[in-house]
Amino acid sequence: MLTLSRLTKRYGAQAALDDVSLAVAAGERVALLGHNGAGKSTLMKLVLGLISADAGDIAIAGHAPGSAVARALTAYLPENAAFHPALTGREQIGHFLRLRGEPAARADALLERVGLGDAARRRIGTYSKGMRQRIGLAQALIGAPRLMVLDEPTSGLDPVSRREFYGILDDLAAQGTAILLSSHALSEVEARTDRIVILSRGQQVAEGTLNSLRSDAGLPLMVTLHPLAGQDAAAAAAFPEAVQNGGVFSFPCPQTDKQAVLTRLVAASGQIDDFDIHPPSLDDIYAHISRRAA
Amino acid sequence: MMFARILTTARIEFLIALRNRWVGVGVALMVLFSLVLSAAGAGAAGNLAADPLSVTVASLTSLSVYLVPLIALLISFDAIAGEVERGTLQLHLTYPLSRSELLLGKLAAQLAVVTISVIAGYGAAAVLAFVAVGGEAAQGLGALWRLVWSSVLLGAAFISLGHMMSAMARRPSGAAALGIGLWLLAIVLYDLGLLAAVVADNGGAFTTTVFPWALVLNPADAFRIFNLAASDATGAASGLGGAANTIAIWKPLASLLVWPLLAAALARLTFGRVQI
Repeated sequence: MLTLSRLTKRYGAQAALDDVSLAVAAGERVALLGHNGAGKSTLMKLVLGLISADAGDIAIAGHAPGSAVARALTAYLPENAAFHPALTGREQIGHFLRLRGEPAARADALLERVGLGDAARRRIGTYSKGMRQRIGLAQALIGAPRLMVLDEPTSGLDPVSRREFYGILDDLAAQGTAILLSSHALSEVEARTDRIVILSRGQQVAEGTLNSLRSDAGLPLMVTLHPLAGQDAAAAAAFPEAVQNGGVFSFPCPQTDKQAVLTRLVAASGQIDDFDIHPPSLDDIYAHISRRAA
Repeated sequence: MMFARILTTARIEFLIALRNRWVGVGVALMVLFSLVLSAAGAGAAGNLAADPLSVTVASLTSLSVYLVPLIALLISFDAIAGEVERGTLQLHLTYPLSRSELLLGKLAAQLAVVTISVIAGYGAAAVLAFVAVGGEAAQGLGALWRLVWSSVLLGAAFISLGHMMSAMARRPSGAAALGIGLWLLAIVLYDLGLLAAVVADNGGAFTTTVFPWALVLNPADAFRIFNLAASDATGAASGLGGAANTIAIWKPLASLLVWPLLAAALARLTFGRVQI
């Protein structure tokens, strides 16, 4: 549905995007990750046809970005769009429907779908931040778009709203919509995307599923344990690699040694009160990949 | 399709103007000042040969030169800068909506606000004239109608100039400052400058050749000259209005007709340079 090949965009001497290639198939959800200034917004503006590239090609179902067909196929949710506070949700969505050549009467159904059915007749000025974000989502759902571009859609949403939000995206993807969304935290996109692309300073530094990124990063597990009272010395002997900090022992363990460590923990159960094994967090993985690139 | 997009943009913009009370403010300003002026004018011109409504039109012309551009700039300065600030311009431009359609829709809505305001204001003055002198006031209806449509043209020119300021500033506060600056320059300082030049020139080449053109080139002065020259009540005018006698009427009329188109084209060009 969306194909980017060898895309480059420069602002002066600085490359905002440098030779980025990417494809999003129909029904696929791809998350674009990167720090502020990594090139996510530039990439999205290029896809939307708001700016033009210095080199490389973009095709949306074979059409040039910004062309009439591409605009009709594409929906966009900007980051922090603030719709006019004097309008009601129904009026604002009705206007967006008419701009796409659809009857304004469908506004209520769209607002219902994003959970704003009760607020349709209230002014947007009275909405909470999460509700305003839903207005943005409602306009992006108009006309069953084939490609949906979402800029930081879940920033500022509470966990429940975020889950509902991804639920709507799942429905869209099931109907064949290609979804490209950006985020600055891996923990926000969680396992709700099919593929993750990480940008750093305009370059594509990693691409893959969450699991493949996890194994690529090769970060160790972290083991922590609390010895029983008076067993500190014995515990220290059993786990010489551990670092003690306030009575808590901790040490890293490579993914491949998981079983061996578990066996040692069981063998030392006479000395141990409690233990935990933490896999590397999503943010750890993301920080590691970004740092490796730099 | 294109017409539908302009229409829905105009509809939503008019709704915003209503909710923001721009319609109410515009109508209140025009009605209030029109009533005050016609009450004051009726006393002063009591013995003149001209019919009372024509005299009122002459006073209203001097009022509208100030108020119509002011109202037009007040409702238009936020048009583009506000959308840039709210982040909705970027979204609008990903829709099947062109920059020209967006601008035309806003122009149509804001011109409707100006039109409603001037009709309310002038209408109130006309009602007052008919109440004062009865059927005799009907002689001035032609002049009043001319004042209405020339005010709408003047409003259209300044709305588009407001859009241009809005696109240049890209921030609402800056756009407001530019709009007020433009108003001062075009409406107040321009005339003062010309007057000073005429006085210094003392009947020389500037006064006979440059000055008439300089008057016609400013849409606000063209509006004043056109309405005063076309009406019988030139005598009631003061200041630069006296120059109206020496200028052929097609010149200010052409200026009034060309300015809205020129300003709209300038606004579109400036808007086209706004990067997102």
